[in-house]
Amino acid sequence: MALFRPASWTGPRRSILSPWSSPALVVLAVLITFVLTAGPILLAGANPIAAYVEFLVVPVTSGFTAIEVLVSATPILFTGAAVAIAFRAGYWNIGAEGQLLLGAIAGAGVGILVGGLPAIVALPAMVAAGALAGAAWALVPALLRVRFGIDEVVTTLLLNPVALLVVNGLLHGPWRDPVTGFPESPRIAAAAEFPALLPGSRLHLGFLIAMAVVAAAWFVLARTPAGLRLRAVGLSPHGARFAGIDVSGTLLRAALVSGAVAGIAGVSEVAGIQYRLTGGLSPGYGYTGIVVATLGALSMPGVALAALFLGDLTVGASSAARALGIPSQLGAVTQGVLLLTTVGLLALRRNRLTRGIEIGGETVAGDVAAGGLPSAATAISEEGEVEQE
Amino acid sequence: MTFTFVFDLLAATLRNATPLVYGTVGETYSERSGVLNLGIEGTMYAGAFAGFAVAFTTGSPLLGLLAALVVGVLAGAVMGLLTVTLGANQHVSGIGLTIGLIGISEFANRLLFQGGELRRIEPMPLLEPLAFLGAPGEIFHQYGLTYIAFLVVVPLAWWVLQRSSFGLEIRAVGDNPEAADAAGINVGRTRYLALMIGGALMGIGGAFFTLAVLGSFTLDIIAGRGWVCVALVIFGRWRIGRGVLGALLFSLLFSLQFRLRILPGFGELPFEVLLALPYLVVILALALSGRNVAYPGAYLKPYRRS
Repeated sequence: MALFRPASWTGPRRSILSPWSSPALVVLAVLITFVLTAGPILLAGANPIAAYVEFLVVPVTSGFTAIEVLVSATPILFTGAAVAIAFRAGYWNIGAEGQLLLGAIAGAGVGILVGGLPAIVALPAMVAAGALAGAAWALVPALLRVRFGIDEVVTTLLLNPVALLVVNGLLHGPWRDPVTGFPESPRIAAAAEFPALLPGSRLHLGFLIAMAVVAAAWFVLARTPAGLRLRAVGLSPHGARFAGIDVSGTLLRAALVSGAVAGIAGVSEVAGIQYRLTGGLSPGYGYTGIVVATLGALSMPGVALAALFLGDLTVGASSAARALGIPSQLGAVTQGVLLLTTVGLLALRRNRLTRGIEIGGETVAGDVAAGGLPSAATAISEEGEVEQE
Repeated sequence: MTFTFVFDLLAATLRNATPLVYGTVGETYSERSGVLNLGIEGTMYAGAFAGFAVAFTTGSPLLGLLAALVVGVLAGAVMGLLTVTLGANQHVSGIGLTIGLIGISEFANRLLFQGGELRRIEPMPLLEPLAFLGAPGEIFHQYGLTYIAFLVVVPLAWWVLQRSSFGLEIRAVGDNPEAADAAGINVGRTRYLALMIGGALMGIGGAFFTLAVLGSFTLDIIAGRGWVCVALVIFGRWRIGRGVLGALLFSLLFSLQFRLRILPGFGELPFEVLLALPYLVVILALALSGRNVAYPGAYLKPYRRS
């Protein structure tokens, strides 16, 4: 166990105070992002400092907006955890968006059907259906990867627009609201609605489930043999195989669990916020999950912090729009820039640390900064035909 | 079914294929140099917006086109900075670029054209060089950008990639950067150039919507067509000719479905099934070819001199 203790992300163990430790790097990425986004804020005629205060501080100063931060963090806690689980195994699941939508379809379907049942039956049924649907949507790219070594980046990505088309096909066809005629599904049964955690607020059971999923994922990854195997495969498929680990099986399980967690995100949005399937259910939560996972250094505590941070930013972006007249789309700009500065800095660190050290050209797949085509490498190693690149 | 229907269908096919052709050729250049550019969706979006914003402000569609091209080159350069200079993960960089570019376009859209009425520009004119043919001439009733796509960009891009020494360099750094480096090719510079050329084409492909077809900018204007291009590049096995063929095939089905919908009996098939086709066909094709998919050798790999 000790051999694998230095997490793939942080590389060689390093003091948390080192300027190259992951937390320091993420803080630096946030600072660079603020410098880069000062331009658009100035163009909008606002003071960048005032804007950042509005962005980050104002949301947590009132009870109402602080709760909204948790509401905004809920779906991206799920998708962030989903992406982090897959990335840690070296499986590049870019398809959380589609898996979320399939989960939403299944959740809405069960939610509409369970009218007569008590909530204690209805809610678990919905969550299970969503998890299964998300995992099913993740199955084909995962099988292609472990069977044929077909790169999962493109296959998982391309299934996202397909999932959105399935949603639209349902909403314009069989599930169109029979009463209003709008492209929205009928409302789910009252028993299927996630209860509010605080009376009168939008914070719902989904937040608790999300925190439980993140905690469980942390426990499994950090404290169980299955988690150790997953991290070992992500660090080095060749090494893991040499150590007798079933690389294909581990990858397949990581991909399916990732899809299932993303699927629950869809259920949570349907049952906690929308109460029906709608076309605008997800403004890209699956893609934001990639931002959350990267920012959280692929660790579960990191994912929780990053999701809360981005939730804060989302609520702050709309309050800045009202107070300072900065278009709320600045929230999306910040997310994109943040992702780019974080991967850029991580890559910089990797190059700096490996300068002069020959690491045999092997891709360290668990490191999001590394590129490489782990799929092909793994597939080859499965057969043992070709040795390490 | 009359001949007019066929001519009209072919004309629509060429028109719908135009942005896909620009995007697919652009993505092919990036990927052949060894960089999967998932920034394509955002680059097309930013090209569409920048093209419209400049054309609307200056009154000149040509300046708009130039702006789309410049934005595309810049987007390609940012992708190069991340994936070539820093060696960052290509797919995460590409997704980040797409999120950022769509965000900044919508941000600027709110800032410049806040609310109010839909702003329009005079769309680029349609050319009709073969009008004297009558009905068949309708096929050639196209925008200038469509002519440029099929008569200039595709042949030139093919020739450069397959026949010129620069194209050889692109393919070399994409297949085996170590060998290319040993042969004296500047791997980083070549990848930057391929990304910037690819970005320029993506930007123009996006601007085709705002400057030619619609004459206005609307949110979600690209609507996943960048991802279609990513699919078409694989469908075409990283070859320009086959990628363009794929774009034409998809556009033909798309245009056909659009026309058949209004006929009784065809309305039953959900439109979405057809739209999902290019994605599903690519995944099916990958599954069928199994282990024989010939990815560019350095696909997804950053290059570091050791």
